[in-house]
Amino acid sequence: MSSFLPALPTIVALVKIGLLVGGLMTAAAYLVLVERWMAAWVQDRKGPNRVGIPLTKVRLFGLGQPLADGLKIILKEDFTPKHVDKVLYTAAPLVILAASLAIFAAIPFGSSLPPIPALGLTGEEPLLVAPGLDVGVLWVFALSSIAVYGVLLGGWASNNKYGFLGGLRSSAQLVAYEIPLGLGLLGVVLAAGSLKLDTIMNAQADSGVWYAFAQPLGFIVFLVASFAEAARLPFDLPEAEQELVGGYHTEYSGIKLLLFLVAEFLHMVTAAFLIVIMFLGGWHLWGVTGSGPVETWVVALVRFAVLSAKILGVILFFMLVRWSWPRFRFDQLMNLAWKVMLPLGLANLVTVATIEEFRPQLVAALGDGMGRTVALVAPWVVFFVGWIAAGLLTPSGTDNTPILTHGPLDVEHELAET
Amino acid sequence: MKPTDPSITWLEEKPLGLAERLYLPLFVSGLTTTARHLVSPKVTVSFPEQRPQVGNPLIYRGVHRLNRDEAGRVKCVACFLCATACPAHCIDIVATESPWPDREKYPESFQIDELRCIFCGMCEEACPVDAIELTSLLDLTGKSREEMIFDKEKLLSVYDMTKDAEPAKSTALGGTL
Ligand code: SF4
Ligand code: SF4
Repeated sequence: MSSFLPALPTIVALVKIGLLVGGLMTAAAYLVLVERWMAAWVQDRKGPNRVGIPLTKVRLFGLGQPLADGLKIILKEDFTPKHVDKVLYTAAPLVILAASLAIFAAIPFGSSLPPIPALGLTGEEPLLVAPGLDVGVLWVFALSSIAVYGVLLGGWASNNKYGFLGGLRSSAQLVAYEIPLGLGLLGVVLAAGSLKLDTIMNAQADSGVWYAFAQPLGFIVFLVASFAEAARLPFDLPEAEQELVGGYHTEYSGIKLLLFLVAEFLHMVTAAFLIVIMFLGGWHLWGVTGSGPVETWVVALVRFAVLSAKILGVILFFMLVRWSWPRFRFDQLMNLAWKVMLPLGLANLVTVATIEEFRPQLVAALGDGMGRTVALVAPWVVFFVGWIAAGLLTPSGTDNTPILTHGPLDVEHELAET
Repeated sequence: MKPTDPSITWLEEKPLGLAERLYLPLFVSGLTTTARHLVSPKVTVSFPEQRPQVGNPLIYRGVHRLNRDEAGRVKCVACFLCATACPAHCIDIVATESPWPDREKYPESFQIDELRCIFCGMCEEACPVDAIELTSLLDLTGKSREEMIFDKEKLLSVYDMTKDAEPAKSTALGGTL
């Protein structure tokens, strides 16, 4: 090996980064097309189906649309309004995109590759940019919090009421939903005993029980919270067009807007990745992928395909939900986070912690099969009880009658008196 | 208006039942509705290849035409009612003495600026002799603004083009005589 080349691990990491970023950007472009198709189909339209290969008449069901969309938005004028804070205004889209891309360093995008002796790779090569990172989950969390800064900076630097309101709403929403998100995730981390996402997947593959079945409550809490974190409908208040024009990116145009939009899409992709990896078994599918180490290329490819298919399925679900439910009102959103999701997440965490703590005793007392069954059924009981309790106890928050106050500063009231 | 205003009736909302408070039925019904529409037949018309179906051409408001009478002459008597009624001021008529004994005037030139027109149909309403009508031609295109100012000849040729498909007073199409 020539000494001019960097060390092998560096090359491998760079190749992986290239694959991942290229794959993600292409995927984001095509997911925008899929999203437009879904939107059209749900509204009984046909959607983009004309743009095919450029300069020919080949249409290919509109598969050339992402190229056209991308070119259009890149070639648009990148206008910076006079009244913005120039530095922060420029930094915001970069921060948000960098953070959303860096998240993927810790997210596995497949199982692993079998050894490739020809290239000097003697061990299994995990499909993960930073395989040595022991705190994958924390990394994901920390960076998704940094992405909030992008939104905040954008809203603040725009110096625009709508942008500011959007930024404020967004920060309140993301801060509120980070807690249920973390609680849902803690359950999984407790059960798997690791903060590494590939270990979490392996744990599900080994036991054959996906955490969505073992921790239904945690799954629901995490699902709802990740919709909110990705600011997707029904929680898209940061950019509710009808109320806020465009929310925090009202003042952005051209390529900066593109960066925001891509970052937003990546949030959804991240959420889908996390949901699949932590709750839906990752690359595992009963009877198809097997478990344990990867020996052949076939297994590696099958696992990659299963993971991708699951992620696509979750993304399609995200897109379908967008047209199924109306947007929450802001107080309802906050009610849901603090009064419903937080207690439910805690209940899930306590259940999981208890089960994991007493699993040895349970198995010893009831035998292996019975002990496992109890450990599996108990969370479901908690799930139904918790859900019904949440439904019965939470204020529904649908009353729109204004509350009449009689305070000393209530000018309206005094005018009405005189 | 204040919330206490007597003319406002505040309706009590129906209290939510248990099922509604659990969100699940609403979630399922929302998803089934969207899923049904996802696969249901689409209403989009792929335009250039496929022509949209115009329900009743007699009441459709597309490109104008100037009708001819039995003798093939322009029906218009240059009374300016249409130009007066037009809210977009896009009809321009030059009247002159008629060469025919059955009327006093006829339009020497008759221009409609189709780009300015809002296709409201007021001209058709106003005309006392049913000389101007809106057809069901909907794909009105041109390469320049000048081209889109239709003169008398053009408007008469629109009549020749459409007179068979949409005759002026057709009872078969639901028109009145
Ligand atoms: S359709 Fe309306 S706008 Fe157009 S020419 Fe007739 S009156 Fe004028
Ligand atoms: S209203 Fe009818 S008759 Fe009168 S000028 Fe217009 S088209 Fe001619």
